[in-house]
Amino acid sequence: MFTYTLRRLLFAIPTLLIISFVIFALLDLAPNDPTGDLPLTIPPEVREQIRASLGLEQPFFIRYLYWLQQFFINEPLNILERLTGWQFGDGHRMRVLSWATRSPVVDLIVQRLPQTLWVVGLAYLFGILIAIPIGVISAYKQYSIFDQIGTFVSMVGYSVPTFFTGVLLIVVFSSWLQWFPSVYDTNLEVTDFSSFLAQMRQMVLPVAVLSLYNASQITRFVRASMLDNLHQDYVRTARAKGVRENAVLLVHVLRNSLIPVVTVIALGVPTIFSGAIITEQIFRVNGLGQLLIVAVQGADIPLVQTLTFIFAVLIVLFNLIADVLYGILDPRIRYE
Amino acid sequence: MQLKDITKGNGSMKKLKLLLVGTAAALALAGSAAQAARGTDGDLKILFWQAVSTMNPYLSGGTKEVYASSMVIEPLARYDEKGELVPMLVTEIPTVENGGVSKDLLSMTWKLKPDLKWSDGTTFTADDAIFTWQYCKAPDGGCAQAAYYEGVKSVEAPDPHTVKITFTEPKPYPYSAFVGAQSPIIQKKQFEKCVGAAAPGCTSANFGPIGTGPFMVKEFKPNDVITFTANPNYRDAAKPAFATATLKGGGDAASAARAVLETGEYDYAWNMQVEPEVLATMLKAGKGKLETAFGTQVERININHFNPDPKLGDKRATKEGGPHPALSDPAVRRALSLAIDRDVIVETGYGAAGRPTCNIVPAPAAVASTKNDSWCLKQDIEGANKLLDDAGWKKGSDGIRAKNGVKLSFLYQTSTNSVRQATQELVKDMWSQIGVATELRNISASVYFGGDPASPDTFQKFFADIEMLTNNFDGTDPEKYLAGWLCDKIPSPANGWQGENEVRYCNPDYDKKVAELSKTADPDKRAALSKELNDMLTEEGALIPLIHRGSVSSRSLTLEGVRMNGWDSELWNVADWSRKK
Repeated sequence: MFTYTLRRLLFAIPTLLIISFVIFALLDLAPNDPTGDLPLTIPPEVREQIRASLGLEQPFFIRYLYWLQQFFINEPLNILERLTGWQFGDGHRMRVLSWATRSPVVDLIVQRLPQTLWVVGLAYLFGILIAIPIGVISAYKQYSIFDQIGTFVSMVGYSVPTFFTGVLLIVVFSSWLQWFPSVYDTNLEVTDFSSFLAQMRQMVLPVAVLSLYNASQITRFVRASMLDNLHQDYVRTARAKGVRENAVLLVHVLRNSLIPVVTVIALGVPTIFSGAIITEQIFRVNGLGQLLIVAVQGADIPLVQTLTFIFAVLIVLFNLIADVLYGILDPRIRYE
Repeated sequence: MQLKDITKGNGSMKKLKLLLVGTAAALALAGSAAQAARGTDGDLKILFWQAVSTMNPYLSGGTKEVYASSMVIEPLARYDEKGELVPMLVTEIPTVENGGVSKDLLSMTWKLKPDLKWSDGTTFTADDAIFTWQYCKAPDGGCAQAAYYEGVKSVEAPDPHTVKITFTEPKPYPYSAFVGAQSPIIQKKQFEKCVGAAAPGCTSANFGPIGTGPFMVKEFKPNDVITFTANPNYRDAAKPAFATATLKGGGDAASAARAVLETGEYDYAWNMQVEPEVLATMLKAGKGKLETAFGTQVERININHFNPDPKLGDKRATKEGGPHPALSDPAVRRALSLAIDRDVIVETGYGAAGRPTCNIVPAPAAVASTKNDSWCLKQDIEGANKLLDDAGWKKGSDGIRAKNGVKLSFLYQTSTNSVRQATQELVKDMWSQIGVATELRNISASVYFGGDPASPDTFQKFFADIEMLTNNFDGTDPEKYLAGWLCDKIPSPANGWQGENEVRYCNPDYDKKVAELSKTADPDKRAALSKELNDMLTEEGALIPLIHRGSVSSRSLTLEGVRMNGWDSELWNVADWSRKK
């Protein structure tokens, strides 16, 4: 298992390098321009100077190599410096700078991470917590009223887009009832009970929208996997031995059914980091998803490049984790 | 509250009502005169659905950055809501009459107000203005507002309270450097080490410039939210009324409107690009109102005077490719304009944010022509049809007009935007009534306006017959803007497809008049010349002006003092804003 993991990790390096190159080339080929959003009153000569000051006049490969150096050497060194207080060289390193804000991309990401992890991460957690019991009961009582309603709700949650449910919740709970705010306050610091309550209130709507979406997806997996296992021979054997029904369901069937579900959940973790672009935008959570979409719209290429690459790293990493987890959970599977 | 109750009264009480309204108004006036001290009105909450990326307008140039930074850093003079210059950091506006502008129009002198202080308590001097100019002209800095300092030979300080600007050639309209929200003064002490290539590295200065304005930055979260506190050293001790301000970004225009008009969570939201009927529903909640201001923005249809036929290869849409086979006929251009019903377009797409226009220079009133309003503002399908018939464009069996094998069938492009697509549909329908076929196309805004010479889809390359966009000029003087239609401003491969004359209009008489304008100093003569130039463009069908576009923002009914401005930052007088008591 260890050699397998090591081999996969080594394989990840060329994979990621190729991914970074493909992202860079794609962004470079895209007919986008960082001065495209500026007012037309800014004359072309000035636009040319702006482009030059962003380093755009350099050839493609030079810019790519710069980025590699900045991302793989300068930024890790910076993080190391900050964590340990050591000084490497004179401390003046070129960092990956966002074109729109002219500030280091990594600082922007660090600033955005908390709200994304809170809102999107919590929604993922709630989604899982809701999905598993519903999935189990739906499968155990297949075609019952509960199953029908569960299936209906998950179908609705899965097929209705978040930009609809989000706005619907805002209209009902913010405009009519005025229970929850429609705008997320990223400056809110939880210091006492009332600010904690305010934080809870502003998280309710976005978390609800995303939880519904996540739960409906995972419920379907749990249900399908439970149904597969419920008709297996070992279930009949367990029942024949006189094992109590609860134990049959929760110990034998559920455990086995969760193996594929855990992989699906692990594979979904990177989406927490990539944020929920639409939901973040609707509620102005301004996490990583919003950062990415603003960067794409404004042709802030270094920011898009770095963000998408970090997502790529996470996806590669969690694929590996999912594979390893699968091996640990299911003793029949061995990678050698 | 009082006002509201009174207006509910029935018709028979009209007189009493009027009287009471008058009293209430008088009371309100008295109230605002005896205004409370600085920082007594709590938090001002502003919403920009396009989030602010930096607080340094010299590094960004985006409208949102210019507006946000205008709460903190100020120019020497600004435009008010009528488009008139008002002194901010100076005692008066220099003119030739008061001796502030030299007779030869080669220099101007600004006198700073005494005892001005930066928000950090240090003294504001003429050195800061000199530095600002040096900062923007430094090579490799990529200063986005460099155009404001064009033609400036030197900036000097004869004494710490005097700023003297010398120009390279006579400037009939000298108000550009240090005027308006786009060219504010930054502090020398703070930005001294941030000149040229070092500019982007000064993140903390770019995110929190020290200014002379009513507020100072407390915390800046790029592309997210800015928190401000009142500037303790602001020159008016009673202002600003708000102790703090929050400028939140992100989301979309409709939800921003909702946060002000329906839920009342925010006091002010910028740029309500929302369908008129959606706004009307939101207004029914009774929590806010819309503020409109008209600057110089005109949505126009550009007519390609050169042939954009793809068969021409490299010569496409260039002079070498020859004139447009159909659109070079003045009758066709005029017919296209006549067939358009501008009122319908305003009604469906713009509402309060637009009004029909036939001028490319629609404002300020002094330079706005009314000469062509009589024939051009009203739709005239019959007249357009007759014009085309007389010019020999005959309808074929498919209902499309043609002459000598050239069909009146056009490719009509614009940027992707729901209002623009709706307008395209309407215009297509109107043109079909005069036997003109149109093929519609829309292009992502960042490509269309991106100016990338390698892309075939930019509005400058204009590889289409017809295109639509909005443009405007900053400030109130249209000289530079009108110079955009000079023959040598035509985009071509030789100049990297840059140049403002996208329509490829070329008229030696027009060029001559522009040259005359650049030598005229008398305001009345300038206005007359500007009008003539504007009329030439409309009459000859160089382009078709459609809509004079205003900016619409929404504000809470509890917010007072907003004077919506189309000539400067909308937040230009944020120091005077206060909470209704």
